[in-house]
Amino acid sequence: MNPTIYLEVVVQGVLTGLVYGLMALGLSVIFGVVRVVNFAHGEFTVAAMYAAFLLFTLFGIDPLIAMAPIALVFFVVGYALQRTLVHRFVGRAEHEQFILLVGLAIVIVNGTLLIFGADARPVRLPYGFDSFLVGPVIVDKVRLYAAGAALAVAAALFLFFRFTRTGTAIRACADNLVGAAVVGLDVRKLYALTFGIGLACVGAAGALIETIADAKPELGPVYTLIAFIIVIVGGLGSMTGALVGGVLIGVSEALAGLFIAPSMKSMVSFALLIAVLVLRPQGIMGRRT
Amino acid sequence: MIRSLNPRGRVLLIVLLALLVAAPLVADRYLMSVLILIFYFAFVGQAWNLMMGFAGQLSLGHALYVGLGGYVSALLWIKFGIGPWLGVFAAVAVATAFGAVIGWLGFRFGIEGVYFALLTIAFAEFTRIAFDHIDYAGAAGGLFLRVEEQGRWWDLRGGPLLFYYLALALAGGALALTAWLARTRLGYQWLAVREDEQAARSLGIDVFRAKMTAVLISSAMTAVGGVFIAFYNNNLFPSRVFDINRSIELILAPVVGGLGTVFGPVVGAFILTPLGEVLTALTEHLGINAPGVKAMFYGLALMAIIVLKPTGVWPWLARMLRLTECRP
Repeated sequence: MNPTIYLEVVVQGVLTGLVYGLMALGLSVIFGVVRVVNFAHGEFTVAAMYAAFLLFTLFGIDPLIAMAPIALVFFVVGYALQRTLVHRFVGRAEHEQFILLVGLAIVIVNGTLLIFGADARPVRLPYGFDSFLVGPVIVDKVRLYAAGAALAVAAALFLFFRFTRTGTAIRACADNLVGAAVVGLDVRKLYALTFGIGLACVGAAGALIETIADAKPELGPVYTLIAFIIVIVGGLGSMTGALVGGVLIGVSEALAGLFIAPSMKSMVSFALLIAVLVLRPQGIMGRRT
Repeated sequence: MIRSLNPRGRVLLIVLLALLVAAPLVADRYLMSVLILIFYFAFVGQAWNLMMGFAGQLSLGHALYVGLGGYVSALLWIKFGIGPWLGVFAAVAVATAFGAVIGWLGFRFGIEGVYFALLTIAFAEFTRIAFDHIDYAGAAGGLFLRVEEQGRWWDLRGGPLLFYYLALALAGGALALTAWLARTRLGYQWLAVREDEQAARSLGIDVFRAKMTAVLISSAMTAVGGVFIAFYNNNLFPSRVFDINRSIELILAPVVGGLGTVFGPVVGAFILTPLGEVLTALTEHLGINAPGVKAMFYGLALMAIIVLKPTGVWPWLARMLRLTECRP
């Protein structure tokens, strides 16, 4: 085999991984602050993929542009969801939160199935088959754009949490909930904002994923598991961890697809998940608490 | 907790049991198939309930044990002609071996709550993909049991009547077993571990052992359910039996009926399965081709129950019908 193919597969894995990383970032932010595990994460991602599909087929809007309005809508959905439903479950038994969100996940999967049917819904971009030649390595144009956009969104989020007052307040809630309440922060509102931000990540990531994969209802649980694997491998609650985990999973799946068989690539991810859970439960970038 | 039923409750239980034993006299084939499904979900729900409801260990990978039980017994039957009455022991052995590994990894390395649930999912999904590639077991194309050998009831090759009484016996047996376990020392240890692990440990309870036994009993029972469903359906596909949706489907009845109660899984199965059937029939009757309606309803039911009655239907029902002694 031509050695550049390995390089190409690794590059492809890194680019896909960055987009997955953005999706996982949403999960990490929600868990890190609200302490609720969003088990409907992948289902929301697929809903965003369908939204991107609709905007493209109806109005011809490129998902790279459509991701902005989709993220905005998902922010509102997340905010409302936290305010109306999830906030009652904050601090309750883990299995109760789990069951609530599993129920929501089932509703979303089957809702998309009812509306769009079981067929794959692709977006055929005019530049879908273009590629760049970097030295000897061929890089897909769509994948590069998607990864670039994912990085940009992630960077914006970093800046938001680092430098804005609201971002700092949200971090305060995550670090010390009682302290945050004592100094007069509106925890409920901040939690709702966080859930909204988490889902905005999902909205943007879903629109980007639609450019490299076709929307199908049954992808929901798959993406939920991928997001969980990434976040746990990277360390729950760590923002850089989510991106690093995403790249790691993207590359390992791409290599496993090349060396073993494409249909067996997620086995590697699950094996990695088991290994991380057992050996380093705080994740690669996480801190032991 | 059968003992916690008052005379009213006991009479009602006996009447219901008698009705179910007599049901095949009047029930048609369709009703029988619905009842078989109800018993099956009550049985595997009970198995899951022992681990989650009593010992407090959240497993979202119970499809693993169903699938292993089904595949092991079906392979023994197809490849070696070893019948399910013998095969079930092998099935239970394999499933409990997996359960032991998951339990050991989880409990030794302190993987708790959501993380433990993810560990169980990871094992189930890993096995699903592995079975997709095991040619000996039919890989992704599936494994089929021959249907023509009807009438050999001792090899579970029979009609609906055989499966009806077998499923009823399994569900009834699981109910009795749970009721008995709940009254044993082990049952109380489980409750202690579920409520507060630290406190349980300081009382001298061997927490690891208590949790392990819960996993082993639960996986063994679930594997028996897997043997049953494999010989009942006569086919096995990795993408169907090991799927995460199967694991979720399996937890619905105990969650809706009431976690950690003896009658919860049974009540939940009697509520959910018929409702699902009615919904399917209704959409078919209206001529709508809507494949997701039933599952969507299950999702909504799950959300509604956890928001409105997180303790499940049974405690509320028992209070309404005054079936139990005054218990909290």
